Amino acid sequence: MIALLLRDLKLAFRAGGGFGLGLAFFLIVTVMVPFAVGPQSSLLATIAAGVLWLGALLACLLSLDRLLALDWEDGSLDLLATAPLPLEAVVTVKALAHWLTTGLPLVLVAPILGVLLNLPAPGFFWLVISLLVGTPALSVIGTFGAALTVGLKRGGLLLSLLVLPLYVPTLIFGAEVARRGALGMETQTPLLMLAGITAATIALLPFASAAVLRINLR
Amino acid sequence: MIPDLGKYTDTVLTSYAASIVLLAALIVFSVLRGRKVRAEMEKVEQRMTRNG
Amino acid sequence: MSIAAKANALWEYANPRKFLATSERVLPFFWITSMFCIALGLVWGFFFTPDDYKQGSTVKIIYLHVPAALMAINCWLMMLVTSLIWLVRRHHVSALAARAAAPIGIVMTLIALVTGAIWGQPMWGTWWAWDPRLTSFLILFLFYLGYVALWEAIEDPDTAADLTSVLCLVGSVFAILSRYAVNFWNQGLHQGASVLRAGAVTGTDTEEKVSNIFFYPLLVCIIGFVLLFVALVLYRTGTEIRARRIKALLARERVGG
Repeated sequence: MIALLLRDLKLAFRAGGGFGLGLAFFLIVTVMVPFAVGPQSSLLATIAAGVLWLGALLACLLSLDRLLALDWEDGSLDLLATAPLPLEAVVTVKALAHWLTTGLPLVLVAPILGVLLNLPAPGFFWLVISLLVGTPALSVIGTFGAALTVGLKRGGLLLSLLVLPLYVPTLIFGAEVARRGALGMETQTPLLMLAGITAATIALLPFASAAVLRINLR
Repeated sequence: MIPDLGKYTDTVLTSYAASIVLLAALIVFSVLRGRKVRAEMEKVEQRMTRNG
Repeated sequence: MSIAAKANALWEYANPRKFLATSERVLPFFWITSMFCIALGLVWGFFFTPDDYKQGSTVKIIYLHVPAALMAINCWLMMLVTSLIWLVRRHHVSALAARAAAPIGIVMTLIALVTGAIWGQPMWGTWWAWDPRLTSFLILFLFYLGYVALWEAIEDPDTAADLTSVLCLVGSVFAILSRYAVNFWNQGLHQGASVLRAGAVTGTDTEEKVSNIFFYPLLVCIIGFVLLFVALVLYRTGTEIRARRIKALLARERVGG
């Protein structure tokens, strides 16, 4: 399992693995927002938390179609399926690798981008916390979407259509935590809901992803 | 013939029209596709029986 | 007949041939009664019910809005059940019925959204508000789109049936989750479900009740929409079965010839 994780991480960091692409996308989206809505800092401060969450979510989505597709094309997915490791564990490791290479860096750069958008001072802590708690759910749900569309030739657009509705609850609670935190309101309820969603998706969704992958490998 | 709908005439009539158009479109498309598929199946089945 | 035997008899309809024969027999009944009920309910509601003292004549939209919204949700439930049946018992008719139902659900959701928007304009002063009920329906609409798109994208019919069934299960969980998330996120303009609540009908809560004079034509409309839904599902499932048979026959032809 650890070997698989290391292999995935190595592939991601190697040139052409797409690491950093998500970060660059996140940066660009954030930079584009003031051009779209105007430079008033008060307006930017109100929408900063939501925009950063949305940017992180889209950056996550962007890297999903590579998550399983490369292994599918070169046949290593077939090997993994016949390996003694259960497929549930494989998809969990895949999701973990995706989170480490996409989700975690996003969490780390989010405060820097928060400065660009005039995020109020108390918001930084809550933004990082909410992203830290919420992005694993994005990776796990995304893995399910990637497993669904892995056999398709042009799965990218379909993947977005399938995954984005599934992201709705995570986005709502995550952005709510960051927004309330920025306004100095209590954040406990949405944070607990967000943590609940993340825990439940990590516990249950790998079974669905593995089932779907088995169907696709048939 | 149409009862007096007061100031909301447009509102009520558009929503009725929109819904009925949508329902009708659904039924028409279903039936058209159904007919097409049925005809095609008969054609294929006939060919199969002819060729054995 | 014992219950077990009855249940077994029910599974006979999973045989495509039997399904086609039976649906052929009962379809005219469903078409005619559904058309009759919808026409009766709409004419009754449109011409012979008074205006609401608060909402004026816009209350007549209820005869389309509420049945469509009900069917939009029930259609997803039906797809969930048939998906489960396919996953557990592998009856092809069941998977094809789910596929046949999805576009009906899309249209029903669209009707509910459109009539809601047109109704909301004079009542709330806006076409659209990010109200929990409206937002949930929009999300439901997206789920339907994704489901249909996945069916269309996959070539192999059994794989498509399997994948869409799993998507339907997972999607159902997330749809419910979204419903609660959206509730939490915004308390809305839309009144609570006031039609099928016992108190609303019997008039124990006077505030939001739908009075009897509106309720009976509405009930007829709901029955009509249910019958129409059944008719459409039976008919479209038949179409899907035939399309599937064509595919199988052509494949056999290629192999044989």
